[in-house]
Parts: sequence; structure tokens; C-alpha cells
Amino acid sequence: MTGTLPPVDVAPPEVEEDAAPATPEFEAASLRQERRRGLLMALPAYGYLVLFFALPLLIVVVYSFATRNRFGGTDLSGWNIDSYRRLGEPLVRDILFRSVALAVITTVICLVVAYPFAYYMATRSEAVRNLMLVFVMIPFWTNFLVRNFAWRVILGTDGPLSQVTEAVGIGETRLLFTQTAVVLGLVYGFLPFMVLPLYADIERIDGRLLEASRDLYATGAQSFRHVLLPLSMPGVIAGSILVFIPSLGAYVTPEILGGAKTTLLGGYIVTQFLTARNWPFGASLSFVLMAVMLTATIVYFRKGGRTL
Amino acid sequence: MTAVGGVTQPRGATRWLLRANTWLVYGFFYAPIVLLVVFSFSGNRNVGVWGGFTLDWYRDFASDGNVQGALRNSIQIAVASTVVSVVLGTAAALALERFTFRGRQVFDALLYLPIIIPDVTMAVMMLLFFAQAAELLGFSKGFGTITLSHIAFNISFVSVVVRARLAGMDDRLEEAARDLYATRWQAFRHVTLPLIMPGVAGGALLAFTLSLDDVVITQFVTGPGWTTLPVYVFGLIRKGVTPLINAVSVVMLLASMALVALSLATQRVRGGQDAIDARVGPDQGLP
Repeated sequence: MTGTLPPVDVAPPEVEEDAAPATPEFEAASLRQERRRGLLMALPAYGYLVLFFALPLLIVVVYSFATRNRFGGTDLSGWNIDSYRRLGEPLVRDILFRSVALAVITTVICLVVAYPFAYYMATRSEAVRNLMLVFVMIPFWTNFLVRNFAWRVILGTDGPLSQVTEAVGIGETRLLFTQTAVVLGLVYGFLPFMVLPLYADIERIDGRLLEASRDLYATGAQSFRHVLLPLSMPGVIAGSILVFIPSLGAYVTPEILGGAKTTLLGGYIVTQFLTARNWPFGASLSFVLMAVMLTATIVYFRKGGRTL
Repeated sequence: MTAVGGVTQPRGATRWLLRANTWLVYGFFYAPIVLLVVFSFSGNRNVGVWGGFTLDWYRDFASDGNVQGALRNSIQIAVASTVVSVVLGTAAALALERFTFRGRQVFDALLYLPIIIPDVTMAVMMLLFFAQAAELLGFSKGFGTITLSHIAFNISFVSVVVRARLAGMDDRLEEAARDLYATRWQAFRHVTLPLIMPGVAGGALLAFTLSLDDVVITQFVTGPGWTTLPVYVFGLIRKGVTPLINAVSVVMLLASMALVALSLATQRVRGGQDAIDARVGPDQGLP
């Protein structure tokens, strides 16, 4: 054997499971394996969310059909829709109506303020745009409680706002613990949620479309109405949902800036659980909030929304 | 008309109105924050009235045992929930962006829900869930229940940030590594992971921030001895506003700012885009 090279190993290299499959069966097997891998990777988070999110959600629904017993506990055996009947009571209806009204007002204000802001931002040079974006992000990341508390300081008796209005000669302002203060706090809290999706959409619009409309003798208003607005509609809807939903369920802001007469849905739900101990009724109120949220989201995605 | 950034710039009065609106919005964003900081140094017991410079409230903050304890609780919970949600959220992001599997769409939808659900609703869900679970298993509320709840919403935020990063990544790089005989694990460890690291770090910072910020859900699932800083401050505010709250708020504000700065530093490559995606959702474009 001396002088000759050992025979070259000509055996084919091991075929890897995802290397060009040769037969349909092979292809199917490889696909199945890929799917198993994906599922395996998703499984921990999937399982976690099923156990700690989907199941709790289901429990809320179950509770909403239960009965409150004399001791403030919940009797799960006798199912009924009493908790939902209570939604029609004048007191509850007022709270629901007020919550929706304030959430709508907040959303509209955010939209009116954020649209021109986002448009202006989108028309800057890239460096300026990024800088502007950073300064929108900062309040966005700042502690929500702290931001609401800041308004408590500003609106308080003899506070900075009052002093300014007095100096100007309008007289003392007493905004704290009113609905105006709540809306102010909500707008302050959720304005970035409107700015960011609007900006993302407007920035992507082809500017030549607007120029074309102007070349065809559209006025600025017409060009806005028929070109810019329709093209940025997904952003308008996404932003509106992102502001409306948390406003409707707001609890912290009304608690800090609102008064006794401004109970909103969020605060009312919390009362049912922490003070009144009527869990079934609280659960039915939560379910209403959840239903609004789900409807808004589903409608949005059905209408071709990309992502919230 | 000049086209900058794709969209044409208006002229005349419109332009001035747009500019004025922009400055007003920034004033609206920042004036309250600035005033809060200023009044935290005020010597007057009434929080909105200036009474000469003082550091008393910060001294109170440093010596208040309740505040310190609450701060410690907050940090422990935030660290624990961030670690778990980063691992689970990153795996979920990889599964959704790189694989198809049975139940993928349901999972995708399930991942979105914690982001858009109002705090109060999620708080109620967790309260009832743990009430039921405690009846069956017999445990007391505290660190465990709070951390489990925070993980439940943080997984979603982490996965959104990481997915945004993955979507912008060239997956041929991973294929190239595999072609060069890297095992799956090696390709992930040496190619994919380093590339998505800014997303993972951004997700971690966001999770940490959200955990530190949460009031409503925590308030519903907390137990004796496990009051977090926001829950404690919220309780103080409801009892009556004192300048101590001013000082605590400013400290929380600084913590938020530090986290934003860190986050922006990790996302610099994409001009903060991932951070936006984190709260608004990734831009995956039309299919």
C-alpha cells in the first residue's frame, strides 16, 4: 500500500434536513419539521399568554354572569345577566355616556393638534425630523403618573397657571377637578400615540402626488381634502384607536385631575372591585370596555389597516 | 415648491401656522415637565407656589423608609419581569418572523392584545385570575403575582420591538452562515443574535420602563409588603399633594430620561424607529 494514496472518501456529505429536498415526501417532511421548530419556539410565550392572558380574560367573562352574594363574595353557580341589565341604570348610563364623550373629545383634539404637527415634521430634512422625533419620544417614555401629577401642580390653587391668568387680568382659573382638567390630562398623556402613526404615514406619502394635484389647479384645501387626507387615513384611524381606547378606560388621569362629579368608566370599574366589592358588575363593565376595544381593532384590520 | 422628505412644503400663512402649532405642541409637552422640576426645589408647602430654593424634599426622599422600600420593590420586579419577557418575547418574535406553524395567526393576535387592552381591564383580569388561582393553590399576592402580570404585557412589547428589527434584517446572512456549515445554533449565536441585539436591548429597556411605570395592574395584584413606587406615589397623591411627591416625581422622571437616552443609544442605527415601533407597532408594509 506504500506509495499509494488512501482511497478518497467519495461518500456524499450528509444531507441536511433543509438542503434542497428531492422528492415531494421529503419536501413535506422538511416542511413539517420547520413547522415543529416554529411552534416549539413560539410555545413558551404562547403558553404563557394563554395561561396568564387568555384564561384571565375568559374568567372575566364568566364572572360577569355570576351573582354577588351577601358577603361581597361571588357566587359562580347561578348564572344570569343581571350585571348587564344594570348597564341601563341612569347612573351607569351617565358614566358610560360621559366616558365616551370625553374619550371622543380627547381623540378629536389630539387629531386636530397632531395632524399639522406630524405633517410639519414629515416635511423637514432628515436630520431635523429625527431630532423632532426624539423630542416626541421623551414624553412618551416618561412615567405616566408623573406626567399627570405635573398637571396637578400646574392647575392647583395659586398654581402657575392661575398666576399667569391673574397677571394677564383674566382672573384666577379653577380648572382642577373639572372635566376640562381630565381632557387636558388625557390629551397630554396620549398625544404621542396620535403623532407617531400619523407621522409614519404622512412621511411615506409620495410628495409628487400632492404636486400633481396642485399642477392640476387644486387649491391647498382641495389637495389636502382629496389627496393628503385619504392617503394618510390609515394613520388617522390607527392614531384615533390608540388614543380613544386608553382614554375610554382611563383611570389614573381622572383620579388625579378629576373630581367627584367626573367619575369615568375606568374609575367606576376600579370602585366595583376595590370598594363596592361587586365583582360580577365590575366584570361586566370591563367586558364592555373589552368589547369596544376588540370591535375597534377588528374593524380597523378588516378595513385594511396594516398594524396598530 | 420644494419636496423635502417626500412631501411638499406649503407656503405663506399655512407654513407659519404649521410652525406655530409645532412650537406650541413642544411647549405643551415640556412646560409641565420643566415646571415640575422647578417646583420640586420650592420651599413652599403648597406644591404650585414658589417659596424660595430648598433641597428639603429631596432630603425627605432620601430618608423616607417607605419610599426607599417601594423603590427597591419596583426595581426587583422590573428586573425579574424584564429578564423573563426578553427571553420569551425574543423567541416569539423569531418564531413569527422566521417560521410558519399551526396557530400562528391566533398567536399573532394574542400577542397584540396586551398592547391595546386598557390597563383597567387587564388589572381586573389579573385580579380575578389570581383570586381563582389562590383559591385552588393557596398562595399570597406579592412579588410573584406582580411579576407574572408584568411579564404578561411585557412579552408583547419585547416581541414587537424585536420583530421590527428582524423584519429589517437580511435573512440571507443567516442562510450564508448555514451554507458555510454553521449549525442552526451557531448561525443564531454568531449571526442572527448580534444583528438583532439592538432590538433585544431596546425591548428590554422598554419592558423595564413599562414595569417601573405600571400603577393600575400592580395595584390590583399587589400584596402586603409589595407596594411599588408608582403605587405608593399614587396613594400619596390621592391622600393629598405634598412637595415630597414633587421630589419623588423628579427622581422617577430622571430614571425615565436615563432609560430613553439608553434606548436611543441602542437604536441609533435606525433613528429611534424601533422605539416608535415598540409603542405603535412595527411597520411591516403591505404584503
